[in-house]
Amino acid sequence: MSKDNQILEEFTSKEYEHGWSVNYEADEAPIGLNEEIIRWISAKKEEPEWLLEWRLKAFRTWKSMNEPEWANVHYPKVDFQKLRYYSAPKQTKKPKSLDEVDPELLAIYERLGISLNEQKRLQGIAVDAVLDSVSVATTFKDTLGKLGIIFCSFSEAVKEHPDLVKKYLGSVVPMTDNYYAALNSAVFSDGSFCYIPKGVRCPMELSTYFRINAANTGQFERTLIVAEEESYVSYLEGCTAPQRDENQLHAAVVEIYAAAHAEVKYSTVQNWFPGDKEGKGGIYNFVTKRGICAGDHSKISWTQVETGSAVTWKYPSCILKGDHSVGEFYSVAVTNNMQQADTGTKMIHIGKNTKSRIVSKGISAGKSQNSYRGQVQVMKRATNARNFSQCDSLLMGDRCGAHTFPYIDIQNPTAKVEHEATTSKIGEDQIFYCNQRGIDTEDAVALIVNGYAKEVLNQLPMEFAVEAQKLLALTLEGSVG
Amino acid sequence: MSTLTTQDTFEALLESAPQNFSELRAAGKAIYHSLGLPAAKEEEYKFTAITKKLEKTISDFRAASPFSISENQIKESLFKGFDGHVLVFSNGKFLPELSQSIEGIEISTLDIEVAEVGSIAKAEKDVFAALNQASFAGGISIKVPKKVQVEKPILLLSFNQANEGQVIIPRYWIEVGDFAEVTFMDQSIALGESPYFVNKVVEVKGGINSQINYFRLQDEGNQVLEVSNIETDVQADARFTSVNISVSGDMVRNNLSLNLLGSNCEGNMYGIYLLNGKSHVDNHTNVDHTIPHAESNELYKGIFDGQSRGVFNGKIFVRQDAQKTNAFQQNNNVLLSEDAIVNTKPQLEIWADDVKCSHGCTVGQLDEEALFYLQARGIDKTLAKGLLLYAFVGEVLEKIEDESFKNHVVELIQKRLGSKF
Repeated sequence: MSKDNQILEEFTSKEYEHGWSVNYEADEAPIGLNEEIIRWISAKKEEPEWLLEWRLKAFRTWKSMNEPEWANVHYPKVDFQKLRYYSAPKQTKKPKSLDEVDPELLAIYERLGISLNEQKRLQGIAVDAVLDSVSVATTFKDTLGKLGIIFCSFSEAVKEHPDLVKKYLGSVVPMTDNYYAALNSAVFSDGSFCYIPKGVRCPMELSTYFRINAANTGQFERTLIVAEEESYVSYLEGCTAPQRDENQLHAAVVEIYAAAHAEVKYSTVQNWFPGDKEGKGGIYNFVTKRGICAGDHSKISWTQVETGSAVTWKYPSCILKGDHSVGEFYSVAVTNNMQQADTGTKMIHIGKNTKSRIVSKGISAGKSQNSYRGQVQVMKRATNARNFSQCDSLLMGDRCGAHTFPYIDIQNPTAKVEHEATTSKIGEDQIFYCNQRGIDTEDAVALIVNGYAKEVLNQLPMEFAVEAQKLLALTLEGSVG
Repeated sequence: MSTLTTQDTFEALLESAPQNFSELRAAGKAIYHSLGLPAAKEEEYKFTAITKKLEKTISDFRAASPFSISENQIKESLFKGFDGHVLVFSNGKFLPELSQSIEGIEISTLDIEVAEVGSIAKAEKDVFAALNQASFAGGISIKVPKKVQVEKPILLLSFNQANEGQVIIPRYWIEVGDFAEVTFMDQSIALGESPYFVNKVVEVKGGINSQINYFRLQDEGNQVLEVSNIETDVQADARFTSVNISVSGDMVRNNLSLNLLGSNCEGNMYGIYLLNGKSHVDNHTNVDHTIPHAESNELYKGIFDGQSRGVFNGKIFVRQDAQKTNAFQQNNNVLLSEDAIVNTKPQLEIWADDVKCSHGCTVGQLDEEALFYLQARGIDKTLAKGLLLYAFVGEVLEKIEDESFKNHVVELIQKRLGSKF
């Protein structure tokens, strides 16, 4: 036991790797939230009138809404008047290429292991890097542009492709959808916009990297992905934040629109600062993610590896509207110390012959609470809908909790829906087996956990899968006891 | 009728409540007033809009008064081949004169105050439990002393009928001593066609190593609204088995809770719902594992035809101290018609790590190939379907340990499925 304690101590004293912050000159909105601030943000971003109206409408709705309390998470309430809703690195003008980007900003991303410069040389991933509230750089724009793919920051899209933005903004997640989505609609500062034209298969992974740097700042980005008929795109999202004592808010919205025969794959590795071992600080991650399979034979696949955040409230969902459309959700959620996660998915079957698959693997350690909350809904018209859900939980330590709340609502007699869930701890016999073969307990746990999460990790693109595996091992290091 | 408010509906009922249990009733009333009737979309009653239904169906919210029952009526109501003791209730009131006394068991009406009433089915948990606690009249207290093995089953036979009032509020207090064994059957017979609302509370206190079976048949017809709270505490080494068969009801909500309080005890909850027409049955079950080394099993099977709706919410709660828990839960449903709806939510809340818990649930339809196989062998489609559905619920039927009750249920199911085999 003493050895276990020792390992545990070593681990819990381990600092959050991305916990540093950088002082750079920033352009900031005054603290607080009111219509003036929204006008200020909108003016700052030189937005058209309709978008300002849209924001104000969202804000007015938000004011009439109540913070949701049904999730299985407990945290001190956010004082929305004490937050700053806009913070941007000061740049005199928008850079045309990476060479013009402030080297200090690039250095931030270098430290995160995402070298924007290197991206130029290495073929592979196009990155849109978002720092605090604004997008600092987008790589590979020209290469993508030749194929007709639009991949840029949201504010740029508003200026250059207003029709597309106007058409799809809020079409999947209406501004009144929920409390945090309404808040985001009112104050969103930037994000990524991606448009894949008809018949185009995006040749590289598109990626957004989010980082919160400034203190007392909420990050409210908005991602909109539109995949036209017969197109394909794989999209990656990563996030980190500095280590601060106070809680920070991240309330993002991701919308995906898939037309007929289109396929969108969205992968997230979320590693926001989870707070220290006493649960002090950390990010509140209240995110609304939803995709609509609008056309027949379309497919949306969500893959997420959630290791960070003090509180996670996130349900990437699929509306399966087109006939024969497919929705997938693969998730690994790891919580340690005082982290709380309430995450899952919604699969709404509307079209005929629609299929969905949910694989959720929860791992809780320390004093954390990990909940899966999901809904499978088969509407009356959705003949021959098929769903398979599997939600497994792994518990490490006797102070943590794992919870499952699956809702299954079926209104069509031809539906086939299966749900299964198990909760257990790592088998002592498995660890013993590894020990016997000279693998120490620490490695054995990592091995078992990786095996346990393999089904999900396999869904990640190569680069992410390696990172995710490392992250899993790191998050759980020493948590066996 | 005016719209239901959370307060006024049952006010007359509360006013006319008996005088005994005054403290308990006052507490129940206060909780009832603070909770209020479930609002639309309230999580616990999300798919069962009982408040709206009450408003629509019930016109007189006073208690239905007891009426006389003949020996013949009782005789006719017994299951074929039933061999056991019968306790008779009229609109929730226990009628000792028509009931048999059972050797070695203390049975009395709840006119005499039993100190522990209300300690198991806690009023705070459900507004209807609070309402019952504030307004029950003439319930029953059954005490099976230590080491007594009641060989024959005890049938709790209720006759219900709306008269000047339409609310029936039965309350049973059942205490089973250490090492005692007993089997209960719970059945209600509806007289007359007018709708009524049953708000039932059953509390079962099981001692160390006690063996308790509670078999329940809900077949009162499609005019009945019911909310029942059945809650059981069991101690070490005890075993409690509940089988709940629902075949009709306008809107029925069963809250079945099981608290496992001693190590090595076992709780089983089984159920069938076989619905047609516009029946709506909602089974909410809750198993609370508080101590290490306990086991719970749960299996509910549903078949839905017509415009019926089935709701299942099963919760397994494993507390921090409840290491080495084994908990299993399964809910399978078959939809037979376009308009039937199933809402199911199997829930796990686990706060301990060394446990084995699993749940599974499925919604589907009959296997076409199995149907074809039977038809190819000259069994007509209706019969083949019936056979397959019967086999589907068979797993639960096997859990019924009393032959007469089982045969009665089998007959009911076969009749409903339109085939005899």
